[in-house]
Amino acid sequence: MEKKDYKNVFVFAEQREGVIQPVAFELLGKARDLADVLEEKVVAMFLGYGIKDKAQELIEHGADEVIVVDTPELKDFLSEQYSQAVSQIILDRKPHIVLYGATTIGRDLAPRLASRLKTGLTADCTKLEIQPVKEEEKEFCMTRPAFGGNLMATIVCPDNRPQMSTVRPGVMQKMQRDPNRQGVITVFEPKFDTSKFKVKVVETIKADKSIADISEAKILVSGGRGVHDKEGFDKLQALADVLGGQVASSRAMVDNGVMPHECQVGQTGKTVRPNLYMACGISGAIQHLAGIEESDFIIAINKDKFAPIFSVADLGIVGDLHKIVPMLTERIRKEMEK
Amino acid sequence: MNIIVCVKQVPDTTEIKIDPVKGTLIRDGVPSIMNPDDKGGLELALRLKDAHGAHVTVISMGPPQADVMLREALAMGADRAILLSDRKFAGADTLATSYALSGLCRTLDYDLIIAGRQAIDGDTAQVGPELAEHLGLPQITYVADAKLLENGNLLIHKENEDSVQVLEAEGKCLLTVLASAFDARYMSVSGIMEAYNKEVEVWSADKIDVEEGKLGLSGSPTKVFRSFPKAMKEPGEVHEVTPEEAVELIVNKLKEKHII
Repeated sequence: MEKKDYKNVFVFAEQREGVIQPVAFELLGKARDLADVLEEKVVAMFLGYGIKDKAQELIEHGADEVIVVDTPELKDFLSEQYSQAVSQIILDRKPHIVLYGATTIGRDLAPRLASRLKTGLTADCTKLEIQPVKEEEKEFCMTRPAFGGNLMATIVCPDNRPQMSTVRPGVMQKMQRDPNRQGVITVFEPKFDTSKFKVKVVETIKADKSIADISEAKILVSGGRGVHDKEGFDKLQALADVLGGQVASSRAMVDNGVMPHECQVGQTGKTVRPNLYMACGISGAIQHLAGIEESDFIIAINKDKFAPIFSVADLGIVGDLHKIVPMLTERIRKEMEK
Repeated sequence: MNIIVCVKQVPDTTEIKIDPVKGTLIRDGVPSIMNPDDKGGLELALRLKDAHGAHVTVISMGPPQADVMLREALAMGADRAILLSDRKFAGADTLATSYALSGLCRTLDYDLIIAGRQAIDGDTAQVGPELAEHLGLPQITYVADAKLLENGNLLIHKENEDSVQVLEAEGKCLLTVLASAFDARYMSVSGIMEAYNKEVEVWSADKIDVEEGKLGLSGSPTKVFRSFPKAMKEPGEVHEVTPEEAVELIVNKLKEKHII
Protein backbone atom coordinates (compact mmCIF):
# COMPACT_ATOMS: atom_id res chain seq x y z
CA MET A 1 0.00 0.00 0.00
CA GLU A 2 1.31 3.43 -0.97
CA LYS A 3 0.00 6.01 1.50
CA LYS A 4 0.38 8.84 -1.01
CA ASP A 5 -2.11 7.18 -3.38
CA TYR A 6 -4.87 7.79 -0.86
CA LYS A 7 -6.48 11.19 -1.32
CA ASN A 8 -9.59 13.12 -0.32
CA VAL A 9 -11.96 13.15 2.61
CA PHE A 10 -14.99 10.89 2.11
CA VAL A 11 -18.26 11.01 4.01
CA PHE A 12 -20.81 8.21 4.15
CA ALA A 13 -23.96 10.33 3.66
CA GLU A 14 -26.63 8.44 5.53
CA GLN A 15 -30.24 8.59 4.37
CA ARG A 16 -33.32 6.91 5.74
CA GLU A 17 -36.31 6.45 3.46
CA GLY A 18 -34.77 8.99 1.13
CA VAL A 19 -34.25 11.64 3.80
CA ILE A 20 -30.64 12.70 4.22
CA GLN A 21 -29.88 12.51 7.93
CA PRO A 22 -28.65 15.67 9.72
CA VAL A 23 -25.46 13.85 10.72
CA ALA A 24 -24.50 13.63 7.03
CA PHE A 25 -24.49 17.44 6.78
CA GLU A 26 -22.57 17.72 10.05
CA LEU A 27 -19.91 15.33 8.73
CA LEU A 28 -19.66 17.31 5.49
CA GLY A 29 -19.00 20.44 7.57
CA LYS A 30 -16.13 18.70 9.37
CA ALA A 31 -14.86 17.06 6.18
CA ARG A 32 -14.74 20.51 4.57
CA ASP A 33 -12.43 21.78 7.37
CA LEU A 34 -10.15 18.75 7.08
CA ALA A 35 -10.03 18.80 3.29
CA ASP A 36 -9.17 22.50 3.27
CA VAL A 37 -6.21 21.86 5.60
CA LEU A 38 -5.07 18.89 3.51
CA GLU A 39 -5.79 20.69 0.23
CA GLU A 40 -7.93 17.78 -0.86
CA LYS A 41 -11.56 17.31 -1.92
CA VAL A 42 -14.70 16.38 -0.01
CA VAL A 43 -16.52 13.41 -1.52
CA ALA A 44 -19.91 12.16 -0.29
CA MET A 45 -20.92 8.54 -0.79
CA PHE A 46 -24.68 8.51 -1.17
CA LEU A 47 -26.34 5.11 -1.29
CA GLY A 48 -29.96 4.02 -1.45
CA TYR A 49 -32.82 3.56 -3.87
CA GLY A 50 -34.69 6.39 -5.57
CA ILE A 51 -32.40 8.98 -4.01
CA LYS A 52 -30.24 10.42 -6.80
CA ASP A 53 -32.32 13.61 -7.11
CA LYS A 54 -31.17 14.59 -3.63
CA ALA A 55 -27.41 14.45 -4.35
CA GLN A 56 -27.28 18.19 -5.05
CA GLU A 57 -28.20 18.88 -1.39
CA LEU A 58 -24.91 17.30 -0.34
CA ILE A 59 -22.98 19.57 -2.68
CA GLU A 60 -24.77 22.58 -1.22
CA HIS A 61 -23.59 21.45 2.22
CA GLY A 62 -19.92 21.19 1.30
CA ALA A 63 -19.28 18.18 -0.97
CA ASP A 64 -17.14 18.69 -4.09
CA GLU A 65 -18.31 15.39 -5.50
CA VAL A 66 -21.15 13.01 -4.72
CA ILE A 67 -20.79 9.34 -5.63
CA VAL A 68 -24.31 8.03 -6.02
CA VAL A 69 -25.28 4.37 -5.83
CA ASP A 70 -28.99 4.13 -6.57
CA THR A 71 -30.20 0.55 -6.77
CA PRO A 72 -33.06 -1.60 -5.37
CA GLU A 73 -30.62 -3.78 -3.38
CA LEU A 74 -29.91 -0.74 -1.20
CA LYS A 75 -33.52 0.24 -0.45
CA ASP A 76 -33.23 -0.83 3.20
CA PHE A 77 -30.00 -0.70 5.14
CA LEU A 78 -28.55 -4.20 5.33
CA SER A 79 -24.94 -4.74 6.45
CA GLU A 80 -23.73 -6.99 3.65
CA GLN A 81 -25.38 -5.11 0.77
CA TYR A 82 -24.04 -1.75 1.96
CA SER A 83 -20.61 -3.18 2.86
CA GLN A 84 -20.16 -4.58 -0.63
CA ALA A 85 -21.10 -1.30 -2.28
CA VAL A 86 -19.05 0.98 -0.01
CA SER A 87 -15.97 -1.28 0.03
CA GLN A 88 -15.97 -1.31 -3.78
CA ILE A 89 -16.08 2.49 -3.87
CA ILE A 90 -13.24 2.69 -1.34
CA LEU A 91 -11.06 0.16 -3.19
CA ASP A 92 -11.69 2.00 -6.44
CA ARG A 93 -11.24 5.57 -5.22
CA LYS A 94 -8.71 5.19 -2.36
CA PRO A 95 -9.85 7.85 0.10
CA HIS A 96 -7.45 9.34 2.64
CA ILE A 97 -10.13 9.64 5.34
CA VAL A 98 -13.67 8.25 5.62
CA LEU A 99 -16.24 9.59 8.12
CA TYR A 100 -19.46 7.86 9.18
CA GLY A 101 -22.26 8.92 11.54
CA ALA A 102 -22.17 7.03 14.82
CA THR A 103 -25.74 5.82 14.34
CA THR A 104 -27.13 2.30 14.33
CA ILE A 105 -26.29 2.30 10.60
CA GLY A 106 -22.81 3.84 10.75
CA ARG A 107 -21.77 1.80 13.76
CA ASP A 108 -22.84 -1.37 11.95
CA LEU A 109 -21.29 -0.56 8.58
CA ALA A 110 -17.99 1.11 9.54
CA PRO A 111 -16.49 -1.75 11.63
CA ARG A 112 -17.56 -4.27 9.00
CA LEU A 113 -15.65 -2.24 6.41
CA ALA A 114 -12.63 -1.69 8.69
CA SER A 115 -12.33 -5.45 9.03
CA ARG A 116 -12.84 -6.03 5.29
CA LEU A 117 -10.30 -3.35 4.33
CA LYS A 118 -7.94 -4.22 7.22
CA THR A 119 -7.71 -0.68 8.44
CA GLY A 120 -8.28 1.27 11.64
CA LEU A 121 -11.51 2.75 12.87
CA THR A 122 -12.06 5.12 15.78
CA ALA A 123 -15.55 5.26 17.24
CA ASP A 124 -17.60 8.20 18.50
CA CYS A 125 -15.01 10.91 17.90
CA THR A 126 -15.67 14.30 19.43
CA LYS A 127 -12.75 16.07 17.76
CA LEU A 128 -11.06 15.48 14.40
CA GLU A 129 -8.06 17.50 13.33
CA ILE A 130 -4.87 17.42 11.30
CA GLN A 131 -2.11 17.95 13.83
CA PRO A 132 1.65 17.61 14.03
CA VAL A 133 2.50 14.54 16.11
CA LYS A 134 6.27 14.69 15.94
CA GLU A 135 8.37 17.43 14.38
CA GLU A 136 6.99 18.18 10.91
CA GLU A 137 4.96 15.00 10.56
CA LYS A 138 1.21 15.63 10.58
CA GLU A 139 -1.42 13.04 11.34
CA PHE A 140 -5.17 12.78 11.36
CA CYS A 141 -5.87 12.98 15.11
CA MET A 142 -9.13 11.47 16.30
CA THR A 143 -10.12 12.30 19.87
CA ARG A 144 -12.77 10.33 21.69
CA PRO A 145 -13.96 9.68 25.22
CA ALA A 146 -12.87 6.44 26.89
CA PHE A 147 -13.69 4.77 30.19
CA GLY A 148 -17.25 5.98 30.06
CA GLY A 149 -16.17 9.55 29.38
CA ASN A 150 -13.71 9.67 32.28
CA LEU A 151 -10.75 10.07 29.98
CA MET A 152 -10.13 11.46 26.50
CA ALA A 153 -7.88 9.60 24.09
CA THR A 154 -6.39 10.86 20.85
CA ILE A 155 -6.04 8.02 18.37
CA VAL A 156 -3.97 7.94 15.19
CA CYS A 157 -3.88 5.44 12.35
CA PRO A 158 -0.41 6.08 10.91
CA ASP A 159 0.22 3.19 8.51
CA ASN A 160 -3.15 2.04 7.19
CA ARG A 161 -5.49 3.71 4.72
CA PRO A 162 -8.14 4.89 4.64
CA GLN A 163 -8.26 6.33 8.16
CA MET A 164 -11.80 5.98 9.37
CA SER A 165 -13.91 7.33 12.19
CA THR A 166 -17.49 7.57 13.34
CA VAL A 167 -18.92 10.77 14.82
CA ARG A 168 -22.08 11.01 16.85
CA PRO A 169 -25.00 13.12 15.63
CA GLY A 170 -24.97 16.63 17.07
CA VAL A 171 -21.21 16.81 17.66
CA MET A 172 -19.98 18.59 14.51
CA GLN A 173 -21.33 21.80 13.00
CA LYS A 174 -22.80 21.74 9.54
CA MET A 175 -21.90 24.59 7.22
CA GLN A 176 -24.41 27.12 6.02
CA ARG A 177 -26.23 25.71 3.00
CA ASP A 178 -25.10 27.42 -0.18
CA PRO A 179 -27.47 26.86 -3.14
CA ASN A 180 -24.82 28.20 -5.52
CA ARG A 181 -22.12 25.67 -4.62
CA GLN A 182 -20.97 23.65 -7.61
CA GLY A 183 -19.91 20.02 -7.58
CA VAL A 184 -19.79 16.80 -9.57
CA ILE A 185 -22.27 13.95 -9.32
CA THR A 186 -20.81 10.54 -10.26
CA VAL A 187 -22.86 7.38 -10.59
CA PHE A 188 -21.22 4.20 -9.28
CA GLU A 189 -22.47 0.72 -10.13
CA PRO A 190 -21.28 -1.93 -7.69
CA LYS A 191 -21.05 -5.61 -8.62
CA PHE A 192 -23.00 -7.48 -5.99
CA ASP A 193 -22.22 -11.01 -4.86
CA THR A 194 -25.81 -11.91 -3.99
CA SER A 195 -24.79 -15.32 -2.64
CA LYS A 196 -23.64 -13.45 0.49
CA PHE A 197 -27.06 -11.89 1.10
CA LYS A 198 -28.26 -14.07 3.97
CA VAL A 199 -30.36 -11.57 5.89
CA LYS A 200 -33.66 -10.20 4.66
CA VAL A 201 -36.08 -7.62 6.00
CA VAL A 202 -39.40 -9.16 7.06
CA GLU A 203 -40.92 -5.88 8.17
CA THR A 204 -39.99 -2.48 9.55
CA ILE A 205 -41.94 -1.20 12.51
CA LYS A 206 -41.72 2.58 12.76
CA ALA A 207 -41.05 3.99 16.19
CA ASP A 208 -43.72 6.16 17.75
CA LYS A 209 -43.70 9.43 15.80
CA SER A 210 -44.55 11.36 18.96
CA ILE A 211 -40.97 10.78 20.05
CA ALA A 212 -39.10 13.49 18.18
CA ASP A 213 -35.34 13.28 17.92
CA ILE A 214 -33.90 14.78 21.11
CA SER A 215 -30.52 15.40 19.49
CA GLU A 216 -32.25 18.09 17.38
CA ALA A 217 -34.15 19.69 20.25
CA LYS A 218 -33.58 23.29 21.31
CA ILE A 219 -35.08 22.83 24.78
CA LEU A 220 -34.85 19.60 26.77
CA VAL A 221 -36.39 18.82 30.13
CA SER A 222 -34.59 15.70 31.24
CA GLY A 223 -35.30 13.37 34.13
CA GLY A 224 -33.32 10.86 36.15
CA ARG A 225 -33.83 8.54 39.08
CA GLY A 226 -35.23 11.39 41.20
CA VAL A 227 -38.26 11.60 38.91
CA HIS A 228 -39.24 8.12 40.20
CA ASP A 229 -41.83 7.02 37.65
CA LYS A 230 -44.09 7.72 34.68
CA GLU A 231 -46.20 10.14 36.75
CA GLY A 232 -43.04 12.06 37.57
CA PHE A 233 -42.25 12.31 33.87
CA ASP A 234 -45.76 13.68 33.24
CA LYS A 235 -44.73 16.70 35.35
CA LEU A 236 -41.61 17.11 33.20
CA GLN A 237 -43.70 16.77 30.03
CA ALA A 238 -46.00 19.58 31.21
CA LEU A 239 -42.99 21.83 31.74
CA ALA A 240 -41.52 20.86 28.36
CA ASP A 241 -44.88 21.65 26.74
CA VAL A 242 -45.05 25.22 28.08
CA LEU A 243 -41.43 25.78 27.04
CA GLY A 244 -41.99 24.25 23.59
CA GLY A 245 -39.39 21.61 24.35
CA GLN A 246 -39.08 17.86 24.65
CA VAL A 247 -38.55 15.37 27.42
CA ALA A 248 -35.36 13.35 27.69
CA SER A 249 -34.06 10.84 30.17
CA SER A 250 -30.99 9.53 31.93
CA ARG A 251 -29.86 5.95 31.39
CA ALA A 252 -31.28 4.78 34.74
CA MET A 253 -34.85 5.56 33.71
CA VAL A 254 -34.40 3.81 30.37
CA ASP A 255 -32.83 0.71 31.90
CA ASN A 256 -35.76 0.37 34.34
CA GLY A 257 -38.23 0.66 31.48
CA VAL A 258 -39.87 3.97 32.45
CA MET A 259 -38.65 5.81 29.35
CA PRO A 260 -37.90 4.58 25.80
CA HIS A 261 -34.31 4.29 24.57
CA GLU A 262 -34.85 7.09 22.00
CA CYS A 263 -35.04 9.54 24.91
CA GLN A 264 -31.74 8.56 26.49
CA VAL A 265 -29.05 11.20 26.80
CA GLY A 266 -25.42 10.32 27.41
CA GLN A 267 -22.53 8.15 26.39
CA THR A 268 -24.69 5.17 25.40
CA GLY A 269 -27.62 7.35 24.39
CA LYS A 270 -27.61 10.55 22.41
CA THR A 271 -25.41 13.61 22.45
CA VAL A 272 -27.56 16.71 22.73
CA ARG A 273 -26.78 20.38 22.21
CA PRO A 274 -29.92 22.32 23.14
CA ASN A 275 -30.10 25.99 24.08
CA LEU A 276 -31.52 24.90 27.42
CA TYR A 277 -30.99 21.60 29.21
CA MET A 278 -32.95 21.17 32.43
CA ALA A 279 -31.68 18.20 34.42
CA CYS A 280 -34.29 17.16 36.97
CA GLY A 281 -33.39 14.52 39.52
CA ILE A 282 -30.30 13.53 37.52
CA SER A 283 -27.23 13.01 39.68
CA GLY A 284 -24.93 13.37 36.67
CA ALA A 285 -22.91 10.21 36.08
CA ILE A 286 -19.91 10.99 33.90
CA GLN A 287 -21.57 9.12 31.02
CA HIS A 288 -24.53 11.46 31.23
CA LEU A 289 -22.39 14.58 31.45
CA ALA A 290 -20.54 13.48 28.29
CA GLY A 291 -23.80 13.74 26.38
CA ILE A 292 -24.83 17.21 27.57
CA GLU A 293 -21.62 19.21 27.64
CA GLU A 294 -22.42 20.93 24.35
CA SER A 295 -25.60 22.44 25.81
CA ASP A 296 -25.67 26.25 25.86
CA PHE A 297 -27.25 26.55 29.29
CA ILE A 298 -27.77 23.87 31.92
CA ILE A 299 -30.17 24.14 34.86
CA ALA A 300 -30.07 21.34 37.43
CA ILE A 301 -32.61 20.56 40.13
CA ASN A 302 -31.53 17.90 42.60
CA LYS A 303 -32.09 17.13 46.27
CA ASP A 304 -28.47 16.13 46.81
CA LYS A 305 -26.27 19.18 46.95
CA PHE A 306 -23.22 16.99 46.30
CA ALA A 307 -24.64 15.60 43.03
CA PRO A 308 -22.00 15.84 40.26
CA ILE A 309 -24.55 17.49 37.95
CA PHE A 310 -23.98 20.73 39.91
CA SER A 311 -20.37 20.80 38.75
CA VAL A 312 -21.52 21.38 35.15
CA ALA A 313 -24.78 23.27 35.74
CA ASP A 314 -24.85 26.98 35.00
CA LEU A 315 -27.68 27.31 37.51
CA GLY A 316 -28.11 24.68 40.20
CA ILE A 317 -31.10 24.39 42.52
CA VAL A 318 -30.88 22.15 45.57
CA GLY A 319 -34.49 21.16 46.11
CA ASP A 320 -37.39 18.85 45.38
CA LEU A 321 -38.23 18.72 41.69
CA HIS A 322 -41.69 17.31 42.48
CA LYS A 323 -42.53 20.64 44.15
CA ILE A 324 -40.53 22.98 41.93
CA VAL A 325 -41.38 21.65 38.47
CA PRO A 326 -45.21 22.00 38.71
CA MET A 327 -44.86 25.49 40.25
CA LEU A 328 -42.41 26.49 37.57
CA THR A 329 -44.74 25.19 34.85
CA GLU A 330 -47.61 27.30 36.16
CA ARG A 331 -45.43 30.36 36.51
CA ILE A 332 -44.06 30.08 32.96
CA ARG A 333 -47.56 29.49 31.61
CA LYS A 334 -48.56 32.82 33.18
CA GLU A 335 -45.45 34.57 31.85
CA MET A 336 -46.21 33.32 28.35
CA GLU A 337 -49.79 34.62 28.53
CA LYS A 338 -48.60 38.13 29.34
CA MET B 1 -27.18 -26.01 18.42
CA ASN B 2 -23.71 -24.78 19.39
CA ILE B 3 -23.56 -21.16 20.52
CA ILE B 4 -20.45 -19.11 21.21
CA VAL B 5 -20.88 -16.07 23.46
CA CYS B 6 -18.14 -13.42 23.55
CA VAL B 7 -17.76 -11.76 26.94
CA LYS B 8 -15.38 -9.15 28.29
CA GLN B 9 -14.37 -8.28 31.81
CA VAL B 10 -14.55 -4.52 32.30
CA PRO B 11 -14.09 -2.03 35.12
CA ASP B 12 -17.45 -0.76 36.30
CA THR B 13 -17.09 2.67 34.71
CA THR B 14 -20.00 4.09 36.70
CA GLU B 15 -17.80 3.59 39.77
CA ILE B 16 -14.78 5.39 38.36
CA LYS B 17 -14.21 8.77 39.91
CA ILE B 18 -11.92 11.63 39.02
CA ASP B 19 -9.42 13.02 41.47
CA PRO B 20 -10.62 16.64 41.58
CA VAL B 21 -7.13 17.94 42.40
CA LYS B 22 -4.96 15.94 40.02
CA GLY B 23 -7.64 15.38 37.39
CA THR B 24 -6.69 11.72 37.05
CA LEU B 25 -8.78 8.57 37.23
CA ILE B 26 -9.16 6.87 40.58
CA ARG B 27 -9.16 3.21 39.63
CA ASP B 28 -8.44 1.76 43.07
CA GLY B 29 -11.30 -0.28 44.40
CA VAL B 30 -13.25 -0.11 41.14
CA PRO B 31 -14.92 -3.52 40.76
CA SER B 32 -14.50 -5.64 37.62
CA ILE B 33 -17.74 -6.89 36.12
CA MET B 34 -19.01 -8.84 33.14
CA ASN B 35 -19.73 -6.23 30.48
CA PRO B 36 -23.52 -5.58 30.65
CA ASP B 37 -24.29 -6.02 26.94
CA ASP B 38 -22.26 -9.27 26.93
CA LYS B 39 -24.26 -10.49 29.90
CA GLY B 40 -27.39 -9.75 27.88
CA GLY B 41 -25.88 -11.82 25.06
CA LEU B 42 -25.26 -14.72 27.44
CA GLU B 43 -28.86 -14.44 28.63
CA LEU B 44 -30.10 -14.72 25.04
CA ALA B 45 -27.93 -17.82 24.52
CA LEU B 46 -29.26 -19.39 27.71
CA ARG B 47 -32.87 -18.65 26.66
CA LEU B 48 -32.24 -20.38 23.34
CA LYS B 49 -30.71 -23.26 25.29
CA ASP B 50 -33.77 -23.44 27.59
CA ALA B 51 -36.15 -23.43 24.63
CA HIS B 52 -34.36 -25.64 22.11
CA GLY B 53 -31.38 -27.22 23.86
CA ALA B 54 -27.93 -25.87 23.03
CA HIS B 55 -24.31 -26.11 24.05
CA VAL B 56 -23.12 -22.67 25.15
CA THR B 57 -19.41 -21.82 25.10
CA VAL B 58 -18.32 -18.49 26.57
CA ILE B 59 -15.07 -17.07 25.26
CA SER B 60 -13.05 -14.09 26.39
CA MET B 61 -9.71 -12.47 25.77
CA GLY B 62 -7.94 -10.87 28.68
CA PRO B 63 -5.68 -11.31 31.68
CA PRO B 64 -5.89 -14.42 33.92
CA GLN B 65 -8.14 -12.52 36.36
CA ALA B 66 -10.99 -12.81 33.84
CA ASP B 67 -11.34 -16.36 35.17
CA VAL B 68 -13.77 -15.03 37.83
CA MET B 69 -16.11 -13.58 35.22
CA LEU B 70 -16.05 -16.80 33.19
CA ARG B 71 -16.97 -18.77 36.32
CA GLU B 72 -19.93 -16.43 36.76
CA ALA B 73 -20.96 -17.29 33.18
CA LEU B 74 -20.67 -21.01 33.97
CA ALA B 75 -22.74 -20.53 37.13
CA MET B 76 -25.42 -18.78 35.08
CA GLY B 77 -25.64 -21.87 32.87
CA ALA B 78 -22.90 -21.81 30.22
CA ASP B 79 -21.40 -25.22 29.44
CA ARG B 80 -17.82 -24.38 28.60
CA ALA B 81 -15.49 -21.42 29.15
CA ILE B 82 -12.34 -20.52 27.26
CA LEU B 83 -10.04 -17.63 28.11
CA LEU B 84 -7.57 -16.45 25.49
CA SER B 85 -4.68 -15.13 27.50
CA ASP B 86 -1.23 -14.46 26.14
CA ARG B 87 1.21 -11.55 26.16
CA LYS B 88 1.10 -11.69 22.36
CA PHE B 89 -2.42 -10.22 22.50
CA ALA B 90 -1.36 -7.18 24.56
CA GLY B 91 -2.02 -3.74 23.11
CA ALA B 92 -4.60 -5.04 20.63
CA ASP B 93 -7.07 -2.56 19.15
CA THR B 94 -10.48 -3.74 17.98
CA LEU B 95 -9.16 -5.15 14.67
CA ALA B 96 -6.43 -7.23 16.34
CA THR B 97 -8.81 -8.30 19.12
CA SER B 98 -11.49 -9.43 16.69
CA TYR B 99 -8.82 -11.21 14.64
CA ALA B 100 -7.62 -13.19 17.68
CA LEU B 101 -11.21 -14.09 18.60
CA SER B 102 -11.83 -15.22 15.00
CA GLY B 103 -8.85 -17.58 15.32
CA LEU B 104 -10.43 -19.09 18.41
CA CYS B 105 -13.90 -19.33 16.86
CA ARG B 106 -12.46 -21.14 13.82
CA THR B 107 -11.21 -23.94 16.06
CA LEU B 108 -14.69 -24.46 17.57
CA ASP B 109 -17.94 -25.85 16.15
CA TYR B 110 -20.65 -23.25 16.15
CA ASP B 111 -24.01 -22.39 14.63
CA LEU B 112 -24.40 -18.95 16.18
CA ILE B 113 -22.09 -16.36 17.73
CA ILE B 114 -23.47 -13.80 20.17
CA ALA B 115 -21.60 -10.73 21.41
CA GLY B 116 -22.62 -7.66 23.34
CA ARG B 117 -23.29 -4.48 21.40
CA GLN B 118 -20.38 -2.68 23.04
CA ALA B 119 -18.19 -2.74 26.14
CA ILE B 120 -18.59 0.02 28.72
CA ASP B 121 -14.84 0.71 28.96
CA GLY B 122 -14.32 1.37 25.24
CA ASP B 123 -17.87 1.88 23.93
CA THR B 124 -16.67 1.21 20.38
CA ALA B 125 -19.23 -1.44 19.27
CA GLN B 126 -16.60 -2.59 16.76
CA VAL B 127 -15.40 -6.02 17.87
CA GLY B 128 -18.68 -7.79 17.02
CA PRO B 129 -18.96 -6.64 13.38
CA GLU B 130 -15.19 -6.96 12.85
CA LEU B 131 -15.29 -10.54 14.13
CA ALA B 132 -18.25 -11.34 11.85
CA GLU B 133 -16.29 -10.08 8.85
CA HIS B 134 -13.14 -12.06 9.74
CA LEU B 135 -15.31 -15.19 9.83
CA GLY B 136 -17.35 -14.26 6.75
CA LEU B 137 -20.59 -14.39 8.76
CA PRO B 138 -23.62 -12.14 8.34
CA GLN B 139 -24.03 -9.77 11.30
CA ILE B 140 -27.03 -8.26 12.95
CA THR B 141 -26.35 -5.52 15.49
CA TYR B 142 -28.51 -3.85 18.16
CA VAL B 143 -30.49 -7.05 18.69
CA ALA B 144 -33.47 -6.75 21.04
CA ASP B 145 -35.04 -10.15 20.33
CA ALA B 146 -34.11 -13.38 18.54
CA LYS B 147 -36.20 -16.49 18.01
CA LEU B 148 -35.45 -19.77 16.26
CA LEU B 149 -37.93 -20.53 13.48
CA GLU B 150 -39.12 -23.99 12.38
CA ASN B 151 -36.98 -23.77 9.24
CA GLY B 152 -33.85 -23.23 11.38
CA ASN B 153 -33.54 -19.54 10.51
CA LEU B 154 -33.43 -16.83 13.14
CA LEU B 155 -36.10 -14.13 13.39
CA ILE B 156 -34.47 -11.06 14.86
CA HIS B 157 -35.59 -7.65 16.09
CA LYS B 158 -32.96 -4.99 15.45
CA GLU B 159 -33.51 -1.74 17.32
CA ASN B 160 -32.72 1.41 15.34
CA GLU B 161 -33.18 5.04 16.39
CA ASP B 162 -36.41 5.43 14.44
CA SER B 163 -37.65 1.89 13.91
CA VAL B 164 -37.44 -1.78 14.74
CA GLN B 165 -36.35 -3.91 11.81
CA VAL B 166 -37.63 -7.48 11.83
CA LEU B 167 -35.01 -9.56 10.02
CA GLU B 168 -34.69 -13.18 9.05
CA ALA B 169 -31.18 -14.64 8.97
CA GLU B 170 -30.37 -17.84 7.13
CA GLY B 171 -27.52 -20.04 8.31
CA LYS B 172 -24.75 -19.12 10.70
CA CYS B 173 -24.57 -15.52 11.85
CA LEU B 174 -23.28 -13.19 14.54
CA LEU B 175 -25.56 -11.08 16.70
CA THR B 176 -24.65 -8.12 18.90
CA VAL B 177 -27.08 -7.72 21.73
CA LEU B 178 -28.51 -4.89 23.86
CA ALA B 179 -28.41 -5.47 27.62
CA SER B 180 -31.64 -3.52 28.06
CA ALA B 181 -33.54 -6.17 26.08
CA PHE B 182 -32.30 -9.20 28.01
CA ASP B 183 -32.62 -9.04 31.76
CA ALA B 184 -29.89 -11.46 32.79
CA ARG B 185 -30.63 -14.27 35.22
CA TYR B 186 -28.78 -14.68 38.49
CA MET B 187 -26.34 -17.46 39.14
CA SER B 188 -28.09 -20.44 40.71
CA VAL B 189 -26.76 -22.07 43.88
CA SER B 190 -26.24 -25.37 42.10
CA GLY B 191 -24.72 -23.45 39.21
CA ILE B 192 -22.19 -21.84 41.54
CA MET B 193 -21.29 -25.25 43.00
CA GLU B 194 -20.86 -26.73 39.53
CA ALA B 195 -18.93 -23.73 38.23
CA TYR B 196 -16.16 -24.40 40.68
CA ASN B 197 -15.89 -27.99 39.57
CA LYS B 198 -15.74 -27.00 35.91
CA GLU B 199 -12.53 -25.90 34.28
CA VAL B 200 -11.97 -22.51 32.72
CA GLU B 201 -9.69 -23.41 29.83
CA VAL B 202 -6.86 -20.96 29.33
CA TRP B 203 -5.56 -20.90 25.76
CA SER B 204 -2.42 -19.25 24.44
CA ALA B 205 -1.93 -17.85 20.94
CA ASP B 206 -0.31 -21.13 19.78
CA LYS B 207 -3.60 -22.96 20.21
CA ILE B 208 -5.62 -20.87 17.76
CA ASP B 209 -5.65 -20.42 14.00
CA VAL B 210 -3.87 -17.07 13.53
CA GLU B 211 -0.82 -15.37 12.03
CA GLU B 212 1.25 -13.96 14.85
CA GLY B 213 2.03 -10.67 13.09
CA LYS B 214 -1.65 -9.75 13.10
CA LEU B 215 -1.96 -10.01 16.88
CA GLY B 216 -1.57 -7.44 19.64
CA LEU B 217 0.09 -4.10 19.10
CA SER B 218 1.74 -5.04 15.79
CA GLY B 219 -1.62 -6.13 14.35
CA SER B 220 -3.35 -2.92 15.41
CA PRO B 221 -3.76 -0.14 12.82
CA THR B 222 -4.81 2.39 15.47
CA LYS B 223 -2.48 3.67 18.18
CA VAL B 224 -3.22 5.83 21.19
CA PHE B 225 -1.23 9.01 20.53
CA ARG B 226 -2.06 10.50 23.92
CA SER B 227 -4.71 10.40 26.60
CA PHE B 228 -5.70 13.08 29.02
CA PRO B 229 -8.38 13.80 31.61
CA LYS B 230 -11.31 15.64 30.23
CA ALA B 231 -11.32 19.38 30.78
CA MET B 232 -14.16 20.14 33.12
CA LYS B 233 -16.36 23.12 32.63
CA GLU B 234 -16.33 25.79 35.36
CA PRO B 235 -19.21 25.18 37.75
CA GLY B 236 -21.94 27.83 37.83
CA GLU B 237 -24.01 29.07 40.77
CA VAL B 238 -25.78 26.65 43.11
CA HIS B 239 -28.61 27.78 45.38
CA GLU B 240 -30.22 26.00 48.31
CA VAL B 241 -33.56 27.80 48.47
CA THR B 242 -37.31 27.33 48.92
CA PRO B 243 -39.34 26.12 45.93
CA GLU B 244 -40.80 29.63 45.53
CA GLU B 245 -37.36 31.20 45.40
CA ALA B 246 -36.17 28.48 43.05
CA VAL B 247 -38.97 29.25 40.60
CA GLU B 248 -38.05 32.94 40.77
CA LEU B 249 -34.36 32.22 40.08
CA ILE B 250 -35.13 29.95 37.14
CA VAL B 251 -37.70 32.30 35.57
CA ASN B 252 -35.28 35.22 35.80
CA LYS B 253 -32.52 33.20 34.13
CA LEU B 254 -34.84 32.02 31.36
CA LYS B 255 -35.85 35.62 30.70
CA GLU B 256 -32.22 36.76 30.71
CA LYS B 257 -31.44 34.04 28.13
CA HIS B 258 -34.50 35.04 26.06
CA ILE B 259 -35.90 31.52 26.36
CA ILE B 260 -39.21 32.90 27.65
